[in-house]
Amino acid sequence: MSWYIEVKDKEGIFDAVGEGVKKDILDLGIEGIRDVRFSQAYILKGALTEADAKKIALQLLTDPIAQDFSVKKLSEALLERKSLTESIHKGEFVVEVAYNPGVMDPAEASIRKGIEDLYIKGIDAVRSTKKYRIFANLSEAQLKNIAEKLLYNKLIQHVAGLSEGEEKVALENTLAAYEFKLRTVELIDASVKKLEEISRLGQLFLNLEEMQQIQKYFKKLKRNPTDCELETIAQTWSEHCGHKTFRGKIKYTEQVTGNGSRVTTKKTKLIHSLLKSTIMKATQELKKPWCVSVFKDNSGVIRFDKDYNICFKVETHNHPSALEPFGGANTGIGGVIRDPMGTGLGAKPFLNTDVFCFAPPETLFKDLPAGTLHPKRIMKGVVAGVKDYGNKMGIPTVNGAVLFHERFVGNPLVYCGTAGILPRNMSFKQVKKGDLVLLVGGRTGRDGIHGATFSSGELTHESEAISSGAVQIGNPIEEKKTLDTLLIARDRGLYRSITDCGGGGLSSAVGEMGADLGVDVDLENIPLKYLGLTYTEIWISESQERMILSVPKDNLEALMEIFRSENVEAAVIGKFSGSKHLKLYYQRKLVCDLDMEFLHNGLPDYHKIATFTIPKFKENKAAVSKDLGKTLKQLLSHPDICSKEWIIRQYDHEVQGGSVIKPLTGVANDGPSDAAVVRPFLDSKRGVIVSCGINFHYGFLDPYLMAGSCIDEALRQVVSVGGSVERVAILDNFCWGNPDKPDRLGSLVRAAYGCYDAAVGFGVPFISGKDSLYNEFTVKGKSISIPGTLLISAISVMDDISKAITMYAKEPGNLIYVVGDTFDELGGSHYYAVTGRSGGYPPLVNPKKALQIFSALAKASQKSLIQSMHDCSEGGIALAAAEMAFAGALGMELSAGEIPFVGKSRFVNQKPRRTNEVLLFSQSNSRFVAEVRRKDRIKFENLLQGVSFGLIGCVTKDKNFRIFGLEGKPCIEEHVAALKDAWQKTMRY
Amino acid sequence: MVNPKVLILRTAGTNCDQETAFAFKKAGGEVDLVHINRLISGEKKLSDYQILALPGGFSYGDDVAAGKILANELKYKLADDLKKFIQDGKLVIGICNGFQILVKSGFLPGNSELKQETSLIINDSAKFEDRWTYLKSQVTSYKSQVNCVWTKDLPEVIYLPVAHGEGKFICEKSVLGKLEENGQIVIQYCNQQGVLSGYPDNPNGSIKNIAGICDETGRMFGLMPHPERYIDIYQHPAGKFAALKSGRKEGDGFKIFQNGVEYAKKNL
Repeated sequence: MSWYIEVKDKEGIFDAVGEGVKKDILDLGIEGIRDVRFSQAYILKGALTEADAKKIALQLLTDPIAQDFSVKKLSEALLERKSLTESIHKGEFVVEVAYNPGVMDPAEASIRKGIEDLYIKGIDAVRSTKKYRIFANLSEAQLKNIAEKLLYNKLIQHVAGLSEGEEKVALENTLAAYEFKLRTVELIDASVKKLEEISRLGQLFLNLEEMQQIQKYFKKLKRNPTDCELETIAQTWSEHCGHKTFRGKIKYTEQVTGNGSRVTTKKTKLIHSLLKSTIMKATQELKKPWCVSVFKDNSGVIRFDKDYNICFKVETHNHPSALEPFGGANTGIGGVIRDPMGTGLGAKPFLNTDVFCFAPPETLFKDLPAGTLHPKRIMKGVVAGVKDYGNKMGIPTVNGAVLFHERFVGNPLVYCGTAGILPRNMSFKQVKKGDLVLLVGGRTGRDGIHGATFSSGELTHESEAISSGAVQIGNPIEEKKTLDTLLIARDRGLYRSITDCGGGGLSSAVGEMGADLGVDVDLENIPLKYLGLTYTEIWISESQERMILSVPKDNLEALMEIFRSENVEAAVIGKFSGSKHLKLYYQRKLVCDLDMEFLHNGLPDYHKIATFTIPKFKENKAAVSKDLGKTLKQLLSHPDICSKEWIIRQYDHEVQGGSVIKPLTGVANDGPSDAAVVRPFLDSKRGVIVSCGINFHYGFLDPYLMAGSCIDEALRQVVSVGGSVERVAILDNFCWGNPDKPDRLGSLVRAAYGCYDAAVGFGVPFISGKDSLYNEFTVKGKSISIPGTLLISAISVMDDISKAITMYAKEPGNLIYVVGDTFDELGGSHYYAVTGRSGGYPPLVNPKKALQIFSALAKASQKSLIQSMHDCSEGGIALAAAEMAFAGALGMELSAGEIPFVGKSRFVNQKPRRTNEVLLFSQSNSRFVAEVRRKDRIKFENLLQGVSFGLIGCVTKDKNFRIFGLEGKPCIEEHVAALKDAWQKTMRY
Repeated sequence: MVNPKVLILRTAGTNCDQETAFAFKKAGGEVDLVHINRLISGEKKLSDYQILALPGGFSYGDDVAAGKILANELKYKLADDLKKFIQDGKLVIGICNGFQILVKSGFLPGNSELKQETSLIINDSAKFEDRWTYLKSQVTSYKSQVNCVWTKDLPEVIYLPVAHGEGKFICEKSVLGKLEENGQIVIQYCNQQGVLSGYPDNPNGSIKNIAGICDETGRMFGLMPHPERYIDIYQHPAGKFAALKSGRKEGDGFKIFQNGVEYAKKNL
């Protein structure tokens, strides 16, 4: 008998979920909602009596204090559903949402466990649904609008109650069993047209040259490939897994235009590997002895102390987040957490980071391209996804940024990072012939099929229909218990190698681990979530929460006992063979046999074309703003700059107890910290600093300069919290448009050169990175590319966290210094953005001078001479000082004329302007605002010998933020509460 | 005097176990992190310990409702052991998810049939929030006063972070009356001056601003805020500067663990 149990809040209990939905419906512009009530329903199938069902409802599913329940036979519950006509007539609607067949319901396993604990047997299946009762007079169209925009996503869920006749949707989740039949693909005799068709229809995202290379390989073998072989190659060669753009050849042309658009000079060169000739080259040249493992493992590893190393990785999950924001971000953070877990012999994650780019939240629905979700929905979904996974994993999310631009409308960017800590002697791995392949963690399902290949193509309005299989949701508790047991097994030395299943699933993970030796896998031994998967689906599924281990036979029993003892599933699925072939079996039949050499090194030799035109900068001569106080408030309210408290508070940024500098600080804990400081061990004062630099606005002017500025930003944030840049390692994450288009690739190349020059100049090595390309959205034949966006993430070791510095003003009377030179560099600035201007000269970097500043400030921090410090980024000095003041609930009295300014331009043709606007809002690099006690003045200034600085004013008690302009009278005069309000109001959701 | 043995209970989704262990160790406890399967199988015995701590986290994903599934597991598989533990005069603390578990298994506020009398439900803000809260720790307005072992001699107002989505304390009036009469409400959310106030000072909408309660013996204590996250001054959200300005040398949460360990040393 199947039972339907509904659990509702009792009368008088505040329905927080229902209230939230009601507010969201109002945001959609639909009025007259009388009430929304939320409830949860469960469908139980199996040999259960009514008494069993009632017991489960009463003792497991209902909170006796807050909720009531009803138990019905499923058939009766379905009969009771009202038709849509009746609902419209009554003005009372029920929308019930359930997961689609094949999509994992994370609650199912827990509920089954709960039922077992009640000693009730005979349960076959559990489904949970969400029910929304909407009391309002709505049309069918309005109801659909509400459901589709707010209540469900058809890629993973379906709904009952939306249209006439569909009210009885059974909310089923059963799939048919799979019957084995070996499939081959007619490839060796295929025409060019046919080859292209095979790639397109199979969602392989392989180009013609690659398809021909595969054809050649199989012609030699005198047989056609199986579907599984072709899929394996497509996964391995995908941009996502193979990084063809960064590792392949590029013919790069850089040109300079004269007057008009006539090309005056042009130079072309062939780049053999962009990665090796820029990012990795910088690291090799810098030869830092504390770099332990770079660009090899799942994350970059550096020395922490004499016993431990730390590792750091940042990934993106853009394509899935565009289609299903919660699931995309959820599995994005879940995936990057597995990178440290799969580094060396496994690291313990101790912090997360997150950086997002969205279209502006106020975008109108009518302006959205077909097939895109509203940016506000994407943002809410992404934040909820990161929150869910990060919080449940018990890893603090401590640092991040959120930026907005129209061109992210079809492709939001979701960067997630994780740092981990691991013993020094467990930082490397090996695989030996005869070792067993052990799959640990979650089961394999039909989720995430084609994730790796789909993210290697552009999105279109059809992507949501075609690539729905690529979307999935995670189960953080599965990953948490896997992590708990892996750390125990690691410390007992029971396995030799570990890696995670990410893009490409087992195909990538096992394929890479066995690349040197060869591997045999028995696909039937892989535990499945449900019936119905083909052998190929099993192999390429990207189901989450899975790790692959290489295990010496003698250790297997001890290892399995650890997993068993904490209910973690593990299965031996194969053996590292020594055959140098990848051999897959299903029901004892060989379904895939590929030469590892071909699989990993068989990519055809071709090059991509890149062009870049060196920009000419020109000053924007529009009239300056008159009311600089108003401009400052506009800057504070700008979505890029405004308070992200709404997001930050939803993340647990303190779990594990290690966070020292938290994302919010100040007298009311609501000011913006520059970087995060975290202690991996609570009994030690040694800590880790993480920060990030990102600014695509500079990329519009010159991606080369953007790269330098991003690195400078990440470094000055490290310095701001009291760190030193001597032990900083950085990560690169390039998110770009389609690299098959020469202009997109040209700007990418240019940015990579910027990375090289700045990294070498600053002496900071890259230790890992990742690229996400093809971030374009095609609608009606027109392609929208995202702004080329580089994220630089920095990690550093801090010897003594008791020297850490917060950013808020501490005490009236203290002196305010600006350290570092200001130039007339308003190009790409937020000052220009809020005053509606473009163009101008973007900020340059001068690593040599910057390092002098960084090092002087690091010394002052060591001597505890700095009370508070904040770096100058978006909005310049005025903005940095304003944030310090309102976060400390104190005033400031400053003088623009005391800001050190360089009147000599670093650009040809520029005539620098020394005006209030430039001094206060220019975004020149390597600058800081610092608060120093009067008694420390001499000591502080002595340490700054040889560095530009200006004593620009002091902290005041009166809570007025006042800046005197060059004319000697106040050009900005605002109460700090008004400034704080301007900063907070934009995202007060 | 031997150091009291502390059992920190773990299961799938527990995630504040390490910092809770650190806090007890620093206070002088001898700490053991034990997976619930080992208690159920009998491999480990609750009776070998003097203090039981249920740390924060998302046990079994907080599926169905926060703490519910682990609460049932305790109630149906370990109830006798736990009842005996309490009868033997030993100590129990449940923090965040641990508090939710103690409430939903009926151990707090406590009756012989383990009937659930109170609950912790979804925050009024409908979302998870991590924020620091001021807590009134000497609630003296009641007729009789249970001597809560854990909150003994705390300063009048302490400062600790909360981080939860389901922390709104609710119960029926009669139960509330009993809790007040017995003095079982031992910490309440308040403002910096120690006055009970609304959101965000009361971060979840709890009735009577209840942040933590104890049982009638005063030896079992459950609270939503995280004392283990404020053990030393470097954990203060406004930095060392603010911590030192408040004149304290340790984090406000440390005393709670010291209280437990000192009591166990003297009495158990």
